[in-house]
Amino acid sequence: MTNRTGPDAATLVSIYRRMALIKANDERSRKVIMTGRLVMPYYSPRGQEVIPSAVSANLNDSDYICTIYRGTHDMLAKGVPLKDLWAELAGRVTGTCKGKGGPMHITHPKSGVMVTTGIVGSSMPIANGLAWSSQLKGDGRVTVAYFGDGASNIGAFHEALNLASVWKLPVVFVCQNNEWGEHTAYAKATSAPRVADRAASYSMPGIRIDGNDVIETYAAARDAIERARAGGGPTLIEAMTYRFHGHIFGDADAYMNPERKQAAIAADPVPRFRGWLIEQGHADEADLAAMEAAIDAEIDAAIDYALASDFPDVAELGRDVFAAEAA
Amino acid sequence: MMGGITILESINRALADAMEADETVLILGEDVADPEDGGVLGVTKGLSTRFGDHRVRSTPIAEQAIVGAAIGVSLGGFKPVAEIMLMNFTTVAMDMIVNHAAKLRFMSGGQTNVPIVIRTMTGSGFANGGQHSDYLEAWFAHTAGIKVVAPSNPSDAYGLLRSAIDDPDPVIFIENLPTYFTKGEAPKSGHRVPIGKASVVREGSDVTIIAYAKMVQEAAAAVEALAGRGISAELIDLRSIAPWDRETVLASVKKTGLAIVVHEAVTPFGAGAEISSVIHENLFDTLKAPVRRLGAAFCPVPFSRPLEAAFAPDAAAIEAAAAKLLA
Ligand SMILES: Cc1ncc(C[n+]2csc(CCOP(=O)(O)OP(=O)(O)O)c2C)c(N)n1
Repeated sequence: MTNRTGPDAATLVSIYRRMALIKANDERSRKVIMTGRLVMPYYSPRGQEVIPSAVSANLNDSDYICTIYRGTHDMLAKGVPLKDLWAELAGRVTGTCKGKGGPMHITHPKSGVMVTTGIVGSSMPIANGLAWSSQLKGDGRVTVAYFGDGASNIGAFHEALNLASVWKLPVVFVCQNNEWGEHTAYAKATSAPRVADRAASYSMPGIRIDGNDVIETYAAARDAIERARAGGGPTLIEAMTYRFHGHIFGDADAYMNPERKQAAIAADPVPRFRGWLIEQGHADEADLAAMEAAIDAEIDAAIDYALASDFPDVAELGRDVFAAEAA
Repeated sequence: MMGGITILESINRALADAMEADETVLILGEDVADPEDGGVLGVTKGLSTRFGDHRVRSTPIAEQAIVGAAIGVSLGGFKPVAEIMLMNFTTVAMDMIVNHAAKLRFMSGGQTNVPIVIRTMTGSGFANGGQHSDYLEAWFAHTAGIKVVAPSNPSDAYGLLRSAIDDPDPVIFIENLPTYFTKGEAPKSGHRVPIGKASVVREGSDVTIIAYAKMVQEAAAAVEALAGRGISAELIDLRSIAPWDRETVLASVKKTGLAIVVHEAVTPFGAGAEISSVIHENLFDTLKAPVRRLGAAFCPVPFSRPLEAAFAPDAAAIEAAAAKLLA
């Protein structure tokens, strides 16, 4: 790691705010589904809060991300407004996509969220194209492609990394290695002991980091993003983390080793970072508690807003298929 | 035909004119730049020299990466024309085309769109065997969100390609290899053929023959032969398969009372089934006989010469089918 100063207190607190928002939002999501207020497929990012929070702290609003079905944390960290997000989760006309995308297909260009895909491995080839547009325009934007460790076994991953390297695209590939691809453990599906090693085949830096360590993740992201912005080409970051819940909400997660899971939960990165912030004097308890209360209130308001919103008109079926409405 | 230009030349001109007119038009694909000969058949020859290799980029052999980059760069404000060397290779990029290009406008509630053109080539008669000669237009026509066009002559090739590049939605532009060197009237620069509009190649009163791509040439020969037998056939070149011109087709069949749909793709579940069904639904009372579908044999494209020659409909088969309908 470079020997520069780390993130200042304001940045650290802004990272924590993102993490606290993601954690609270996840807890509310499960509750809302559990109580039957909302029916939706839900892929919990709980446990993976640090990665997009620390990455986004290095991104501008105009920078792009492409993410996946398990990407609520990526979206919130990048700034998708809660109300618009929840209305989309609820399939309402006020949602980011008028209710036509749903949880697995959030698009919100205003915050740079250009594609959310339900197809494993497909965020990377499209992220390349966005990065190519920035390269052509010289607009200085960087694109981050988020994906899981399982996705690194799909052909599209390899095609995309190769092209990004050959074209020196301003793109950062962020693999969130939560040790699981659906119900299959990492080692059972992936021939390389580290996803980061695969970068060597594509002549780009490949770095494995502790994705639950804010400072380490922030620094790695900063280096990769600065390098991309400066025309130095792509980087593959493998951020190690752990998924606290099953693959999808409702999944009994019997395949997950209970000790490993308990250990990960005991090391929950959100309260850990919170404690550290206070200990280091970057924030005080009262401020953080107030911040968390405000987040809770904001989530409440977003859910109420979403559930009170109208469903889209059935005429939406014929809209947005093509630019010109279908007859 | 003497004089004029070939389909291949007209496509090259259309690309050059589009790039000249609009600097957001880009070309990418395997071997498309000049150091790589402007494509195996030279369709894009001269373009990278003229417009720069930032706008005309040869890619790795990686169809998912090619279409993904096209999608992403279009989300970033450009109009890419991606070449997929042969239509069979679109199968490698099916996820990008069907799950992403076709759906992003709808799933984003109209916030993003994918104005890409995928140029691709195919056609039996070149002894390429089973994996290099298929017509797969029905797969794409069956996917909401994609347009599909297939010109049969140089003027339409130019005009349709210009329209496809102008189009705000993804368009698959299918070229027929065996007709690349067919000569025809040179299109005026800037000429446009609207997508979704058929042309009546020849008027007639006894039977309507609906065809596209190379089958228009075969049908034209059949129409000549039928005229010699005192049968007046009306020939419609569909030009666009999705959307297709119901109005022109239905008006013609209303007049003649008999219809044959001809395509080079295999018959079952093909475009002919859709067209035939729409004719039956609308003109059941007018029809003098059920609509006849004429497509290729239901087998992979064979290599052996007599088999390949018998695989797809030709002028004689079309003539025979028409004569039988009228008998
Ligand atoms: C191409 C494709 N194959 C299979 C699936 C089904 N599926 C959904 S998520 C998933 C696991 C992916 O694991 P990983 O890439 O590690 O991401 P994670 O869910 O752990 O974040 C699978 C197999 C899919 N969505 N897309």
